[in-house]
Amino acid sequence: MEVFIQQLINGITLGSIYGLIAIGYTMVFGIIGMVNFAHGDVFMVSAFVALIAFLFVTAWLGIASITVALLIVLIVAMLFTSLVNWVIERLAYRPLRGSFRLAPLISAIGMSIFLSNFVQVTQGPRNKAIPPIVRGEIILMDHNNYAVALSYKQLIIWGVTAVLLAAFWYLVAKTRLGRAQRACEQDQKMAALVGVNVDRTISMTFVIAAALAAVAGTMYLMYYGVVSFSDGFVPGVKAFTAAVLGGIGSLPGAVIGGLLIGLIETFWSAYFTIDYKDVAAFSVLAITLIFLPQGLFGRPDVEKV
Amino acid sequence: MDKPASSTGVDFVHAAKEACVTAAITFAVLLPLIGFETVSNIDNKLVLHMRWGLLFSIVAIVGVGRLLMALVIAPWLAQRRMRPVAPATSSWLSAVGRWFGPFAVGFAIVYPILVLSTSGFSGALKWVDNFGIQILIYVMLGWGLNIVVGLAGLLDLGYVAFYAVGAYSYALLAKEFGFSFWILLPLAGILSSFWGILLGFPVLRLRGDYLAIVTLAFGEIIRLVLVNFVDLTNGYAGISSIPRPSFFGIPFNADDNGFAAVFGLPFTPVYRTIFLYYLILALCFLTAFVTVRLRRLPVGRAWEALREDEIACRSLGINTTNTKLTAFSIGAMFGGFAGSFFAARQGFISPESFTFLESATVLSIVVLGGMGSQIGVAVAAIFFIGGTEIMRDLDFLKQIFGSSFDPTQYRMLLFGFGMVIIMVFRPRGLVSTRSPSIFLKERKTISSDLVNEGHG
Amino acid sequence: MARGDNLLKVEHLTMRFGGLVAVDNLSWQAREGDITALIGPNGAGKTTVFNCITGFYKPTEGRIALRHGDAAVWDELESLTERGKRHITTAGGSLFQLERMPDFLVTQQARVARTFQNIRLFAGMTLLENLLVAQHNSLMLASGYTLLGVLGFPSYRAAERAAVDVAREWLDRVGLLDRADDPAGDLPYGAQRRLEIARAMCTDPVLLCLDEPAAGLNPRESAELNELLLSIRDKYGLSILLIEHDMSVVMEISDHVIVLDYGVKISDGTPEEIRNDPKVIAAYLGVADEEVEKVEAEVGL
Ligand SMILES: Nc1ncnc2c1ncn2[C@@H]1O[C@H](COP(=O)(O)OP(=O)(O)OP(=O)(O)O)[C@@H](O)[C@H]1O
Ligand SMILES: [Mg+2]
Repeated sequence: MEVFIQQLINGITLGSIYGLIAIGYTMVFGIIGMVNFAHGDVFMVSAFVALIAFLFVTAWLGIASITVALLIVLIVAMLFTSLVNWVIERLAYRPLRGSFRLAPLISAIGMSIFLSNFVQVTQGPRNKAIPPIVRGEIILMDHNNYAVALSYKQLIIWGVTAVLLAAFWYLVAKTRLGRAQRACEQDQKMAALVGVNVDRTISMTFVIAAALAAVAGTMYLMYYGVVSFSDGFVPGVKAFTAAVLGGIGSLPGAVIGGLLIGLIETFWSAYFTIDYKDVAAFSVLAITLIFLPQGLFGRPDVEKV
Repeated sequence: MDKPASSTGVDFVHAAKEACVTAAITFAVLLPLIGFETVSNIDNKLVLHMRWGLLFSIVAIVGVGRLLMALVIAPWLAQRRMRPVAPATSSWLSAVGRWFGPFAVGFAIVYPILVLSTSGFSGALKWVDNFGIQILIYVMLGWGLNIVVGLAGLLDLGYVAFYAVGAYSYALLAKEFGFSFWILLPLAGILSSFWGILLGFPVLRLRGDYLAIVTLAFGEIIRLVLVNFVDLTNGYAGISSIPRPSFFGIPFNADDNGFAAVFGLPFTPVYRTIFLYYLILALCFLTAFVTVRLRRLPVGRAWEALREDEIACRSLGINTTNTKLTAFSIGAMFGGFAGSFFAARQGFISPESFTFLESATVLSIVVLGGMGSQIGVAVAAIFFIGGTEIMRDLDFLKQIFGSSFDPTQYRMLLFGFGMVIIMVFRPRGLVSTRSPSIFLKERKTISSDLVNEGHG
Repeated sequence: MARGDNLLKVEHLTMRFGGLVAVDNLSWQAREGDITALIGPNGAGKTTVFNCITGFYKPTEGRIALRHGDAAVWDELESLTERGKRHITTAGGSLFQLERMPDFLVTQQARVARTFQNIRLFAGMTLLENLLVAQHNSLMLASGYTLLGVLGFPSYRAAERAAVDVAREWLDRVGLLDRADDPAGDLPYGAQRRLEIARAMCTDPVLLCLDEPAAGLNPRESAELNELLLSIRDKYGLSILLIEHDMSVVMEISDHVIVLDYGVKISDGTPEEIRNDPKVIAAYLGVADEEVEKVEAEVGL
């Protein structure tokens, strides 16, 4: 029971991170029908930006307050990553709009390879570790010498994720931008005809996707305290799995899918074998796509003849 | 046009403005990752080092480049576009197209002899092995995947799985049972195509991108199983001392009954390499021959029809599931052949050789080549693999950039960059026309605007 | 094969998409050698009926049966349904229960061919290739399921030549022979429609289903189409199902007309009878049932 609750806590934490990345996949897919293969690497880049920002803020500016430092790091990571993704969209995807259908996917794969190698070349191939930023935990239960702990790190992740998801929800549900996004999702030509700036809406989608990935990246860095250039691929695939599981195109689906994937992964590692934990994630992906391609919350895809 | 002086003046201001904006964006984008370097200090703690010099040089290059682009290159391009295209070029191109195939085949056959005569025994080893054999392996993989992606229009991101199945089948069966290469080569192909059917069956009804992702998942699952199933595969450590192929029973070694001794030649390892070269060349020819034949058979036409319109295919009584499965399994079979050759050539395999990057490489060769075109795929393989191999030994770059500069690091960076650039400028690949499989009066090539790329 | 016996029976066909009932308890029959027209306003469910017949949609309810050979085989229908099989073969002929068959088998075994409302050609393949793909199943057999073909057996080459001859004949018939080596996507609209019909004919069907073949044709092309369809019916003794909005085509060539409105059959008879049916007029003019009489008076019936 204690193990179960502890794993539940860990799983939700991990799931929050996946959920934040998954939103990026689902939004981009919803609006331009493309699997943004490079999104996992954008997440990895954001973790590096957060790392550099953290070192800069603490060592160079000498800010001692952890709260202030974290806040600055988060904002800096969100800003820079958004800019990076905006540039990527401009250079690698926009010229391909309306081109043949595989082109954006291949371009995204190329971008993914480019980003991870770019980070490897500029920052070196070794793992980058920082000392723990946030220490301490709340003991929830102590039973039979097994303490169920909720660390402050985890609390921060839950809190930040919740706040940002609420802001994000407001953005897509209540603002002009969100409306434009939904219009483009339905029919880009028609949206353009009624005066929606399609190019800008798509750009903004990439910016928002990157900002959320940057939140995930910062949380990832804070949680694990280590990041490497190759950390984009596997979390990326898992987040994509989450998006598919939730029903690609559905925003709440992405968050719930993320939580589910986080839980599946932690429970699998805790109760079965940690060796095959990635196999479990990939299997969930394959099984979902085969048996439930519309996901939990997606609309079924009818073939019209 | 009538006021040239003022218009260039305005253009210059405009161009300068754009160049500044571009430079500013470049600066912002590169500031964190290039402006700062994270390095471990003596206490093994991470600290930041500044790289202002590098950052500003890159920003300056980009800014100046943008300025030149706007002022020189863009007007030049516009002018060129105004000029009528000379019709002569197209006939010249088609002549090149016609003669390129036979010439390439001839060149591939004499290549080792050419290399041997120019660079001697020791130099030839590298050129035949790193360039010849390495490129031909990818040509073969490209042609195999071309059946699935280029002809049938099914996007497969896990093709490397079949390569791995072929390689491990050969390695394990050769080590366990001592079967010869010539028995195991077809066996590995059959096993791979069997896996192709097994994996293909549940997923082939999925639509485009989903199919791509599921195949990626399968590819990764197979690799992770190879990593974790240590009892069978020895995990990350891999399988070593895999039996090498012999020359129809005569081994390539320094013994009295080895190849060199039997033929009365001095012993050198080059013979084996040259033998392997011709072996993979023969396998490539086999692949090309079978593919050309298949394209003219009903299955081949059904593949292409499937790529064009699946629903129309079903309305004509074509069993699309079976048709997709044949494409998948035949593609997998060639992957299996290539895999068993790879294991036999290396003598050592580990899961590291079968990562997703490998699938991505083969896929980009197919797409860059122009989907469905054999010659295009071969040229793309030479370009990509040859290019990345050349990057390995550009030692003179060290003299320019200092001894800490390691060109191999930039291989994959340029590789990814190349994929993006090619998609942006030539999304249909090098050879973008389709050649009909049959004709009544004359064979007319079909422009890529009409050809559908399939649902995935 | 006596002309006039039933070839196709559609019984209590219902197709629902979620809450929408596209076809509602529809029953009708098509006679052998007839051109049977299915007409009705937009969204009446005509294409949906075609999709059910050709296996692209699985009907929610109902039975669709098709006969090959002797009309006496209809006696087996109940036993076929009870046994839960797809088809039954007797000495005189066979009977197919189409709603139980996957789409490609409807063409392959029951020999029902179709065209699409929004033309579906293989745009990047030549006209000749389009027609050869249509002969896939017979060629596949001749190529020994690819195996003999890869090895270069001569039997396949002969079969391919025969298939090319069939294709050539059909290209000639639809007036596209000189464009045989051009990609199908390059053809003008009217020619694409004709090519799609030729392609369907190359599957060697007993029943040809055409979804709005005259849509987008000019009057001359439309008249040519009429001739083509009549010649297909008369020369090959083929039965045709036709969805059409162009009344000149329907009235001129069809032997039997069925009118749908909101998924329900509102009329069924000869073109003459349909023309004078007040319910049909009302459906086309879009008025409620109660107003039919008023409309009749207005149009002077
Ligand atoms: N796959 C589907 N999913 C949901 N609704 C469908 C589907 N196919 C058809 N419909 C609906 O069924 C109804 C009948 O459509 P259908 O295409 O059969 O009409 P139709 O008579 O062919 O009209 P038209 O003359 O415009 O071609 C329409 O309301 C249509 O929206
Ligand atoms: Mg219709």
